[in-house]
Amino acid sequence: MSVAPLLVAELFPNGVIQYAVGGVLVAAGIGVIYLGTAIIPGNSTFLETTLSYVSDQPRFRQANYLASRDWRLLFAVSIVAGAAVWGLVLDPGAFVTEVQPWRLFGGGVLVGIGTRIGKGCTAGHGVCGLGSASRTSLVNVALFVGVAIATAALLTALGVTP
Amino acid sequence: MSESRHPLFYPLVVLGGLIQGFGLAYSGMARPEVVLDFLQFEDLGLVFVMGGAAVVSGVLFFAVPRLFDRAPLTGDTYGKRVKSMDRNVVIGGVVFGVGWGVSGICPGAAYASVGIGNLPILWAIAGMFLGAYAQGYWRSRVRSGAAGSVPNDD
Repeated sequence: MSVAPLLVAELFPNGVIQYAVGGVLVAAGIGVIYLGTAIIPGNSTFLETTLSYVSDQPRFRQANYLASRDWRLLFAVSIVAGAAVWGLVLDPGAFVTEVQPWRLFGGGVLVGIGTRIGKGCTAGHGVCGLGSASRTSLVNVALFVGVAIATAALLTALGVTP
Repeated sequence: MSESRHPLFYPLVVLGGLIQGFGLAYSGMARPEVVLDFLQFEDLGLVFVMGGAAVVSGVLFFAVPRLFDRAPLTGDTYGKRVKSMDRNVVIGGVVFGVGWGVSGICPGAAYASVGIGNLPILWAIAGMFLGAYAQGYWRSRVRSGAAGSVPNDD
Protein backbone atom coordinates (compact mmCIF):
# COMPACT_ATOMS: atom_id res chain seq x y z
CA MET A 1 0.00 0.00 0.00
CA SER A 2 2.68 2.46 0.96
CA VAL A 3 5.42 0.91 -1.12
CA ALA A 4 3.81 1.37 -4.53
CA PRO A 5 3.80 5.21 -4.61
CA LEU A 6 7.42 5.25 -3.47
CA LEU A 7 8.39 2.84 -6.21
CA VAL A 8 6.58 4.95 -8.79
CA ALA A 9 8.39 8.06 -7.58
CA GLU A 10 11.66 6.17 -7.75
CA LEU A 11 11.16 4.88 -11.29
CA PHE A 12 9.50 8.04 -12.63
CA PRO A 13 11.22 10.96 -10.87
CA ASN A 14 9.86 13.40 -13.48
CA GLY A 15 6.37 11.92 -13.62
CA VAL A 16 4.90 10.45 -16.77
CA ILE A 17 2.72 13.23 -18.20
CA GLN A 18 5.29 14.92 -20.44
CA TYR A 19 6.37 11.53 -21.75
CA ALA A 20 2.86 10.32 -22.47
CA VAL A 21 1.84 13.61 -24.12
CA GLY A 22 5.00 13.54 -26.22
CA GLY A 23 4.28 9.96 -27.25
CA VAL A 24 0.73 10.78 -28.29
CA LEU A 25 2.03 13.71 -30.37
CA VAL A 26 4.63 11.47 -32.05
CA ALA A 27 1.82 9.12 -33.02
CA ALA A 28 -0.42 12.02 -34.07
CA GLY A 29 2.25 13.17 -36.51
CA ILE A 30 2.35 9.70 -38.01
CA GLY A 31 -1.46 9.54 -37.86
CA VAL A 32 -2.25 12.62 -39.93
CA ILE A 33 0.06 11.43 -42.70
CA TYR A 34 -1.39 7.92 -42.51
CA LEU A 35 -4.95 9.19 -42.60
CA GLY A 36 -4.33 11.39 -45.64
CA THR A 37 -1.98 9.18 -47.64
CA ALA A 38 -1.98 5.63 -46.19
CA ILE A 39 1.79 6.05 -45.86
CA ILE A 40 3.33 4.93 -42.57
CA PRO A 41 6.36 7.21 -42.25
CA GLY A 42 9.45 5.96 -40.44
CA ASN A 43 12.47 8.11 -39.74
CA SER A 44 15.57 6.14 -40.73
CA THR A 45 14.78 5.38 -44.39
CA PHE A 46 15.37 9.12 -44.85
CA LEU A 47 19.09 8.50 -44.33
CA GLU A 48 19.29 6.28 -47.42
CA THR A 49 16.80 8.10 -49.63
CA THR A 50 18.65 11.38 -49.01
CA LEU A 51 21.94 9.72 -49.97
CA SER A 52 20.34 8.96 -53.35
CA TYR A 53 20.63 12.68 -54.19
CA VAL A 54 24.41 12.44 -54.09
CA SER A 55 25.29 8.76 -54.59
CA ASP A 56 24.93 6.40 -57.55
CA GLN A 57 25.10 3.25 -55.42
CA PRO A 58 22.33 0.89 -56.62
CA ARG A 59 21.19 0.42 -53.03
CA PHE A 60 20.15 4.06 -52.83
CA ARG A 61 18.80 4.28 -56.38
CA GLN A 62 15.98 1.76 -55.98
CA ALA A 63 12.68 3.02 -57.35
CA ASN A 64 10.80 3.35 -54.07
CA TYR A 65 13.66 5.40 -52.61
CA LEU A 66 13.67 7.80 -55.56
CA ALA A 67 9.89 8.08 -55.31
CA SER A 68 9.84 8.87 -51.60
CA ARG A 69 13.02 10.90 -51.12
CA ASP A 70 11.37 14.30 -51.54
CA TRP A 71 8.66 13.83 -48.94
CA ARG A 72 11.05 12.05 -46.56
CA LEU A 73 13.43 15.02 -46.71
CA LEU A 74 10.52 17.40 -46.17
CA PHE A 75 9.30 15.27 -43.25
CA ALA A 76 12.71 15.37 -41.54
CA VAL A 77 13.04 19.13 -42.03
CA SER A 78 9.53 19.55 -40.60
CA ILE A 79 10.53 17.52 -37.53
CA VAL A 80 13.42 19.95 -37.00
CA ALA A 81 10.98 22.85 -37.39
CA GLY A 82 8.40 21.30 -35.05
CA ALA A 83 11.01 20.89 -32.34
CA ALA A 84 12.06 24.50 -32.89
CA VAL A 85 8.42 25.57 -32.49
CA TRP A 86 8.42 23.82 -29.10
CA GLY A 87 11.44 25.90 -28.17
CA LEU A 88 9.76 29.11 -29.29
CA VAL A 89 6.39 28.38 -27.71
CA LEU A 90 7.57 27.05 -24.35
CA ASP A 91 10.77 29.10 -24.39
CA PRO A 92 13.07 26.68 -22.57
CA GLY A 93 16.20 28.10 -24.22
CA ALA A 94 18.57 26.07 -26.37
CA PHE A 95 19.54 22.68 -25.04
CA VAL A 96 23.13 21.57 -25.61
CA THR A 97 24.04 18.00 -24.75
CA GLU A 98 27.08 17.19 -22.64
CA VAL A 99 27.39 13.72 -24.11
CA GLN A 100 30.84 13.58 -25.69
CA PRO A 101 31.17 14.03 -29.47
CA TRP A 102 32.88 10.65 -29.95
CA ARG A 103 29.86 8.94 -28.38
CA LEU A 104 27.47 10.87 -30.61
CA PHE A 105 29.48 10.22 -33.78
CA GLY A 106 30.50 6.61 -33.07
CA GLY A 107 27.04 5.71 -31.79
CA GLY A 108 25.53 7.50 -34.78
CA VAL A 109 27.53 5.38 -37.24
CA LEU A 110 26.20 2.21 -35.59
CA VAL A 111 22.66 3.62 -35.53
CA GLY A 112 22.97 4.34 -39.27
CA ILE A 113 24.18 0.83 -40.04
CA GLY A 114 21.86 -0.97 -37.64
CA THR A 115 18.61 0.78 -38.50
CA ARG A 116 19.12 0.33 -42.23
CA ILE A 117 20.17 -3.31 -42.03
CA GLY A 118 17.43 -4.01 -39.49
CA LYS A 119 14.71 -2.31 -41.60
CA GLY A 120 13.73 0.35 -39.11
CA CYS A 121 14.37 2.44 -36.03
CA THR A 122 12.58 3.58 -32.89
CA ALA A 123 9.82 5.06 -35.04
CA GLY A 124 9.55 2.42 -37.76
CA HIS A 125 9.80 -0.66 -35.55
CA GLY A 126 9.24 0.79 -32.07
CA VAL A 127 6.12 2.82 -32.82
CA CYS A 128 4.68 1.84 -36.21
CA GLY A 129 5.78 -1.80 -36.15
CA LEU A 130 4.63 -2.47 -32.60
CA GLY A 131 1.44 -0.56 -33.41
CA SER A 132 0.96 -3.02 -36.26
CA ALA A 133 1.51 -5.97 -33.89
CA SER A 134 4.40 -7.06 -36.14
CA ARG A 135 6.39 -9.98 -34.76
CA THR A 136 9.42 -8.83 -36.76
CA SER A 137 9.31 -5.44 -35.06
CA LEU A 138 8.83 -7.00 -31.62
CA VAL A 139 12.01 -9.05 -32.11
CA ASN A 140 13.93 -6.02 -33.36
CA VAL A 141 12.73 -3.73 -30.54
CA ALA A 142 13.46 -6.30 -27.82
CA LEU A 143 16.98 -6.64 -29.22
CA PHE A 144 17.82 -2.97 -29.61
CA VAL A 145 16.40 -1.99 -26.23
CA GLY A 146 18.09 -4.88 -24.44
CA VAL A 147 21.44 -4.35 -26.15
CA ALA A 148 21.26 -0.59 -25.53
CA ILE A 149 20.66 -1.17 -21.80
CA ALA A 150 23.66 -3.51 -21.65
CA THR A 151 25.81 -1.08 -23.65
CA ALA A 152 24.94 1.89 -21.44
CA ALA A 153 25.65 -0.19 -18.33
CA LEU A 154 29.01 -1.25 -19.74
CA LEU A 155 30.04 2.33 -20.55
CA THR A 156 29.01 3.46 -17.07
CA ALA A 157 31.00 0.62 -15.51
CA LEU A 158 34.00 1.73 -17.56
CA GLY A 159 33.62 5.20 -16.10
CA VAL A 160 32.54 6.92 -19.33
CA THR A 161 30.52 9.99 -18.40
CA PRO A 162 28.73 11.84 -19.70
CA MET B 1 9.65 16.22 -57.61
CA SER B 2 7.11 13.52 -58.26
CA GLU B 3 4.81 14.10 -61.18
CA SER B 4 1.35 13.68 -59.80
CA ARG B 5 1.12 14.40 -56.10
CA HIS B 6 -2.12 15.76 -54.71
CA PRO B 7 -1.65 19.48 -53.92
CA LEU B 8 -2.20 18.79 -50.22
CA PHE B 9 0.31 15.89 -50.08
CA TYR B 10 3.38 17.91 -49.16
CA PRO B 11 1.52 20.29 -46.81
CA LEU B 12 0.24 17.24 -44.92
CA VAL B 13 3.76 15.80 -44.66
CA VAL B 14 4.88 19.14 -43.22
CA LEU B 15 2.02 19.12 -40.71
CA GLY B 16 2.82 15.56 -39.61
CA GLY B 17 6.51 16.40 -39.23
CA LEU B 18 5.76 19.54 -37.22
CA ILE B 19 3.52 17.61 -34.81
CA GLN B 20 6.02 14.77 -34.42
CA GLY B 21 8.97 17.14 -33.97
CA PHE B 22 7.08 19.12 -31.35
CA GLY B 23 6.21 15.86 -29.58
CA LEU B 24 9.79 14.56 -29.64
CA ALA B 25 11.02 17.84 -28.15
CA TYR B 26 8.20 18.01 -25.58
CA SER B 27 8.81 14.43 -24.44
CA GLY B 28 12.51 15.06 -23.80
CA MET B 29 13.53 12.25 -26.16
CA ALA B 30 15.47 14.76 -28.27
CA ARG B 31 17.95 14.95 -25.37
CA PRO B 32 20.48 12.09 -25.30
CA GLU B 33 20.71 12.48 -21.51
CA VAL B 34 17.03 11.53 -21.13
CA VAL B 35 17.54 8.38 -23.22
CA LEU B 36 20.70 7.40 -21.32
CA ASP B 37 18.87 7.90 -17.98
CA PHE B 38 16.15 5.59 -19.25
CA LEU B 39 18.66 2.94 -20.33
CA GLN B 40 20.18 3.03 -16.84
CA PHE B 41 16.77 2.75 -15.12
CA GLU B 42 17.08 6.18 -13.55
CA ASP B 43 13.91 7.46 -15.22
CA LEU B 44 11.65 5.00 -17.03
CA GLY B 45 9.38 7.71 -18.42
CA LEU B 46 10.56 7.02 -21.95
CA VAL B 47 8.46 3.87 -21.92
CA PHE B 48 5.48 6.18 -22.18
CA VAL B 49 6.86 7.93 -25.26
CA MET B 50 7.46 4.84 -27.41
CA GLY B 51 4.73 2.81 -25.69
CA GLY B 52 2.17 5.59 -25.79
CA ALA B 53 2.97 6.30 -29.42
CA ALA B 54 2.75 2.58 -30.29
CA VAL B 55 -0.65 2.24 -28.60
CA VAL B 56 -2.10 5.29 -30.35
CA SER B 57 -0.64 4.11 -33.67
CA GLY B 58 -2.13 0.68 -33.05
CA VAL B 59 -5.59 2.17 -32.55
CA LEU B 60 -5.20 4.22 -35.75
CA PHE B 61 -3.95 1.28 -37.82
CA PHE B 62 -6.90 -0.75 -36.53
CA ALA B 63 -9.64 1.84 -36.89
CA VAL B 64 -8.76 3.82 -40.03
CA PRO B 65 -8.93 0.88 -42.50
CA ARG B 66 -12.34 -0.02 -41.06
CA LEU B 67 -13.71 3.50 -41.35
CA PHE B 68 -12.33 4.53 -44.74
CA ASP B 69 -11.72 2.73 -48.03
CA ARG B 70 -8.88 4.73 -49.53
CA ALA B 71 -6.60 7.56 -48.50
CA PRO B 72 -7.93 10.84 -49.96
CA LEU B 73 -4.56 12.22 -51.10
CA THR B 74 -3.12 9.11 -52.75
CA GLY B 75 -6.03 6.77 -53.40
CA ASP B 76 -4.06 3.99 -51.73
CA THR B 77 -5.60 1.42 -49.42
CA TYR B 78 -4.63 1.48 -45.75
CA GLY B 79 -2.36 -1.22 -44.38
CA LYS B 80 -0.09 -2.00 -41.48
CA ARG B 81 3.67 -1.87 -41.14
CA VAL B 82 4.84 -5.46 -41.27
CA LYS B 83 8.36 -6.29 -42.48
CA SER B 84 9.61 -9.74 -43.34
CA MET B 85 11.62 -11.54 -40.67
CA ASP B 86 15.17 -12.52 -41.50
CA ARG B 87 18.69 -12.53 -40.14
CA ASN B 88 19.13 -8.82 -40.95
CA VAL B 89 16.39 -7.86 -38.52
CA VAL B 90 18.40 -9.52 -35.75
CA ILE B 91 21.82 -8.20 -36.79
CA GLY B 92 20.45 -4.71 -37.38
CA GLY B 93 18.67 -4.64 -34.04
CA VAL B 94 21.85 -5.56 -32.19
CA VAL B 95 24.01 -3.01 -34.03
CA PHE B 96 21.37 -0.30 -33.57
CA GLY B 97 21.17 -1.20 -29.86
CA VAL B 98 24.90 -0.71 -29.36
CA GLY B 99 24.70 2.62 -31.17
CA TRP B 100 21.67 3.78 -29.18
CA GLY B 101 23.35 2.78 -25.91
CA VAL B 102 26.57 4.59 -26.83
CA SER B 103 24.98 7.81 -28.13
CA GLY B 104 21.53 8.01 -26.54
CA ILE B 105 20.03 9.15 -29.82
CA CYS B 106 17.92 7.61 -32.59
CA PRO B 107 17.15 9.08 -36.04
CA GLY B 108 13.85 10.92 -35.42
CA ALA B 109 14.96 12.25 -32.05
CA ALA B 110 18.21 13.43 -33.65
CA TYR B 111 16.36 15.57 -36.22
CA ALA B 112 14.24 17.06 -33.41
CA SER B 113 17.40 17.66 -31.40
CA VAL B 114 18.66 20.02 -34.09
CA GLY B 115 15.44 21.99 -33.65
CA ILE B 116 15.99 22.52 -29.93
CA GLY B 117 19.38 24.06 -30.69
CA ASN B 118 21.49 21.04 -29.80
CA LEU B 119 24.18 21.54 -32.42
CA PRO B 120 26.54 18.79 -31.13
CA ILE B 121 23.88 16.33 -32.32
CA LEU B 122 25.16 17.04 -35.85
CA TRP B 123 27.99 14.65 -34.93
CA ALA B 124 25.40 11.93 -34.48
CA ILE B 125 23.55 12.77 -37.69
CA ALA B 126 26.83 12.82 -39.63
CA GLY B 127 27.58 9.40 -38.13
CA MET B 128 24.15 8.08 -39.13
CA PHE B 129 24.65 9.17 -42.75
CA LEU B 130 28.11 7.62 -42.78
CA GLY B 131 26.77 4.35 -41.34
CA ALA B 132 23.84 4.31 -43.76
CA TYR B 133 26.24 4.97 -46.64
CA ALA B 134 28.64 2.24 -45.52
CA GLN B 135 25.95 -0.45 -45.37
CA GLY B 136 24.45 0.73 -48.67
CA TYR B 137 27.86 0.69 -50.38
CA TRP B 138 28.56 -2.78 -49.07
CA ARG B 139 25.14 -4.16 -49.97
CA SER B 140 25.30 -2.63 -53.46
CA ARG B 141 28.62 -4.47 -53.99
CA VAL B 142 27.31 -7.77 -52.67
CA ARG B 143 24.13 -7.58 -54.75
CA SER B 144 25.77 -6.57 -58.00
CA GLY B 145 28.12 -9.51 -57.62
CA ALA B 146 25.34 -11.97 -56.91
CA ALA B 147 21.86 -11.28 -58.20
CA GLY B 148 22.45 -8.05 -60.07
CA SER B 149 19.56 -6.24 -58.47
CA VAL B 150 18.70 -4.75 -55.14
CA PRO B 151 15.65 -6.26 -53.53
CA ASN B 152 13.12 -3.96 -51.98
CA ASP B 153 13.16 -5.09 -48.38
CA ASP B 154 12.18 -1.80 -46.84
